[in-house]
Amino acid sequence: MRSSGVIVVSVVLVAGCRLAADSPPGAAPGGEAGERSITAVSYGGSYARAVVRGYHESFTEATGVQVDLADFQGGLAQVRAQVEAGAVHWDVVDLSVAETVSGCDEGVLELIDPSILPAGPNGELPEDDFLPEMNTECGVGNLLFSSIFAYNREVLTGPPPTRLADFFDLERFPGRRGVRRSPEAILEMALMADGVPKDRLYDVLSTPEGLERVFRKLDTIKDQVVWWDTSAQAPQLLADGEVLMTMAANGRIFNAQVLEGQPFVIVWDGQVLNRGQLAIVAGTPRLDDAMRFVQHAARAESMAGVGRYIAYSPARYSAEALIDRHFETGTEMWPHMPTNPANMKNYLMTDWRWWADHGDEMLERFTAWLAR
Amino acid sequence: MTSQESPSVGQPPARPLWRRALGPRLRAAGLALPLVAFVSVTFLGPMLSLLTKSFHDPEVADALPETMAALRGWDGQGTPSDEAFAAVAREFVAARTERNLGRTANRVNRVASGMRSTIMGSSREMVDAAAAAQAAGVEMDGAFWRETMIAIDSRWGGPEPWRALEAAGQRLTARHYLKALDFERGPDGGYQRAPEVWRIYVPLFWRTFLVSLGVTLLCLVIGYPVAHMIANSPPKRANVLLLLVLLPFWTSLLVRTTSWIVLLQNQGIVNDFLVAIGLIGDEGRIAMIYNMTGTFIAMTHVLLPFLVLPLYSVMRSVPPAYMNAAVSLGATPFQALRRVYWPQTLPGVGAGCLLTFILAIGYYITPALVGGQSGQLISNMIAYHVQTSLNWGLAAALAALLLGGVTLLYVVYDRLVGIDRIGLG
Repeated sequence: MRSSGVIVVSVVLVAGCRLAADSPPGAAPGGEAGERSITAVSYGGSYARAVVRGYHESFTEATGVQVDLADFQGGLAQVRAQVEAGAVHWDVVDLSVAETVSGCDEGVLELIDPSILPAGPNGELPEDDFLPEMNTECGVGNLLFSSIFAYNREVLTGPPPTRLADFFDLERFPGRRGVRRSPEAILEMALMADGVPKDRLYDVLSTPEGLERVFRKLDTIKDQVVWWDTSAQAPQLLADGEVLMTMAANGRIFNAQVLEGQPFVIVWDGQVLNRGQLAIVAGTPRLDDAMRFVQHAARAESMAGVGRYIAYSPARYSAEALIDRHFETGTEMWPHMPTNPANMKNYLMTDWRWWADHGDEMLERFTAWLAR
Repeated sequence: MTSQESPSVGQPPARPLWRRALGPRLRAAGLALPLVAFVSVTFLGPMLSLLTKSFHDPEVADALPETMAALRGWDGQGTPSDEAFAAVAREFVAARTERNLGRTANRVNRVASGMRSTIMGSSREMVDAAAAAQAAGVEMDGAFWRETMIAIDSRWGGPEPWRALEAAGQRLTARHYLKALDFERGPDGGYQRAPEVWRIYVPLFWRTFLVSLGVTLLCLVIGYPVAHMIANSPPKRANVLLLLVLLPFWTSLLVRTTSWIVLLQNQGIVNDFLVAIGLIGDEGRIAMIYNMTGTFIAMTHVLLPFLVLPLYSVMRSVPPAYMNAAVSLGATPFQALRRVYWPQTLPGVGAGCLLTFILAIGYYITPALVGGQSGQLISNMIAYHVQTSLNWGLAAALAALLLGGVTLLYVVYDRLVGIDRIGLG
C-alpha cells in the first residue's frame, strides 16, 4: 500500500514537471559549426516553400552559404526580444513595411545601403524598377500581398457574397467568420464596410471616435468570429467548414485552390494591399552574409521565382514580365495576383506611415477589446 | 546546556548531544545541496528577478535623464518649465538620430496609450526643425522649443503627455500593479478605475478562478466514482483500469488537446455522429470548441488523472469492512457513503482538488488551443505580455498577483481543513 502511494506521488510529480516543460518550441538554431549559414525567417507553409524555391536555393548555389528556414507569425516581438537580450540568432526577417519602419526607429534592424540593390535583367536601374515606396531605410521590398476574404463554394451554397460589406452582414450570410488575431487590415476592412471613404480612412482611425466606430462595427460580428494566428489556418478553417467565410492572405487561398483543388472563391472587393520587405536583425554576427542574401533576394529573378509559386506580386516592374505560369501546375499566375487590374476595382493600399506610428497602440487596444 | 548537565568527575567532558549530532547532520544536509543549488538557480533566482520587474522599471529614466530632472519640480498642472521643453527636445532629437527613441516611446506608451505616435510623430518634425534652426542661426532655447513643439502637436500644450513622461520615468513604480488591477492614476494624482474599454484583467482573474473551480468540481464528480471502482476491483482488473487512467497521462498534452479539436469541431466526430442519428440538423451543429465549452472539456480531461490518482491511493487504504459494518448496522448505502466512506477519503479529496485547482489556475496551452477568444485565461494574457507586447513589468505584476492568490488559497485551506490532512495514500 505504501509503495503504491509512493508510485502515485512520483507519477504526479513527474507529470507536473512534464506539463511545465510542454512550452511552445523555440526557434531553430543556426547551422552546424564549420559551415557558413544564415537564418532567414518567414511565415511557414506554402509561402515558405515559395521563398525556398524562389531564392534560398539559388543563394546557396551561388555563395555556398546555407540558409536555415525558421517560421514566425509576423510582428517585431521576437526581433525586439533577441536584440534586447543580446542573443541574435535570426539574420533576415520577412516583415511588412510598417514593421520595418518601427523596427528601424527602435534600432533593432540594420540600415541597408540602397546602393547594394542590383539592376534589373535588362540593366533597369533599381530606383526606377522598384514599385513606389517599396524600399525604406531598413527594408528592401520583395512583394505585395493582400488581405482578402474568401469562402468555400461547397459550404456556402446560396447566393455568393460579392462585396466587402457582405463579410460583416450576418443577416444575409449567417455563419462563423475567420479573422486573423491582429488589428492589421481588419480595422481598415471594418471601416470600409461601415462606409468610410478610403481617402479619409486613416484620418478617421486616428480619432477616438473613429476607434469607437471600428470596434462597434467589429462588435457586430465578434461572437461569430473564429480567430486564427498562423496564415495556414485560414484555408484549413474553410476546408473544414468551421467558418462560412474567412479573412486570409490571398496567396494561401490561391495555394489551396491550385495545389489542393479546393473550391474556394476570393472576394477581391475591398482588398487591403500591403508591402512586404526583407530586413536584417541589428547586431547579427553574420551581417555580411545577411546583406548578400538580401541583395540576392532583391533580384528580379528571385521575385519572379516566388511569384511562380504563390500569388504575391513582385516588387519590381522587371520581375512582372518573368512571371507566367505556376511552376508545378501550369496555372496562369496573373489572374490570381492582387495587383492585377481586374482584382483592383476597389482596393486600399495600407498606409505604412500610419501603422509604423500607431501599430503598437492598435495592438494594445485590439487585445483589450478581444479580452472583453 | 543547563546546570543539570554537569559532567561527572573523572570523565572527559562529553560534547553536548547536539554537537555530536552536528557532523552527520551537516553531511546529510550536504546531500541536499545539489537540489538546493538547482532550485535556487533555476527557480528562485529567475522568479525573484522577474518579480522585481513588476515594480522596478528604470528604462525611461535612463533614456531621458535630463527630461526627468527638469520635470522634478513640476506640479502636474498646465505645462512644465521651458527647461523641460528644451531638455525633452535635446533628448528626443539625439535619440531619434541614434535610432533608439522608438524603444523609449514604446515604454511611455504603456503608461498612456497614444504616446508612441505622439513622440514618434513629433520627434520626426523636431529633427527637421532643429536642422532648420541651426541653418538659420536661431538659438534653440526653451521658449523656441515650447513654441515649436506645440505648433507640431498641440498636445504638448497640455499636461497629459508630460504626466505620461513623468510617470514612465519613475524607477520604482506601482503602475504595473495598478494596471493589473484595472486602476490608473487620475489627473489629480489619485487612484481611479481605468476607462471601461481597458478593464480586462480583473474580469480575467475572476474567469480564471471560476473556470478552475468548475474544472476541479467536474473532475471530482467524474473522478470520485472512477477512483472508487479502481480501488475496490480485484488487483488484475484494477491494474488494467489504472493503466487506462495513466495512458492518457503519459501522452503528450499537445496531442491530447489537439485530439479534442478533431472530436469536437463543427465537422468533427461528435457533431457528425449527432447529425447522423438525427438528433441535430446539419445546420444546427453545436459549437463545442474554440469557446468556453472547449476549455472546460479539454481541461477536465487533461487534469482528471491528477484527481483520480491521489483519491485512488487514499481509497486503497480504506478497509472495505467499515462500509460493510455500517450497512450491517442499519445505514442505507447512501448514509454509509456519506458518513463513513466520504470522511475517510477527505485527505485524498483535499490533495486532489488542491493539486487540480492550482494546476488549472496556471493553465495556458489548452485554453490557447481550444478556448477561442471567450475561453482564454489570465495565463494566456501573461504569455501575451511576455512574448508579444514584451511588457514584462505588467506580466510580472499579473504573475505576482496570481502567485499571491494561490498562496492565499493555500493558507485558507490550511486554516479550514489543515494542510496535514492532505494525503496521497
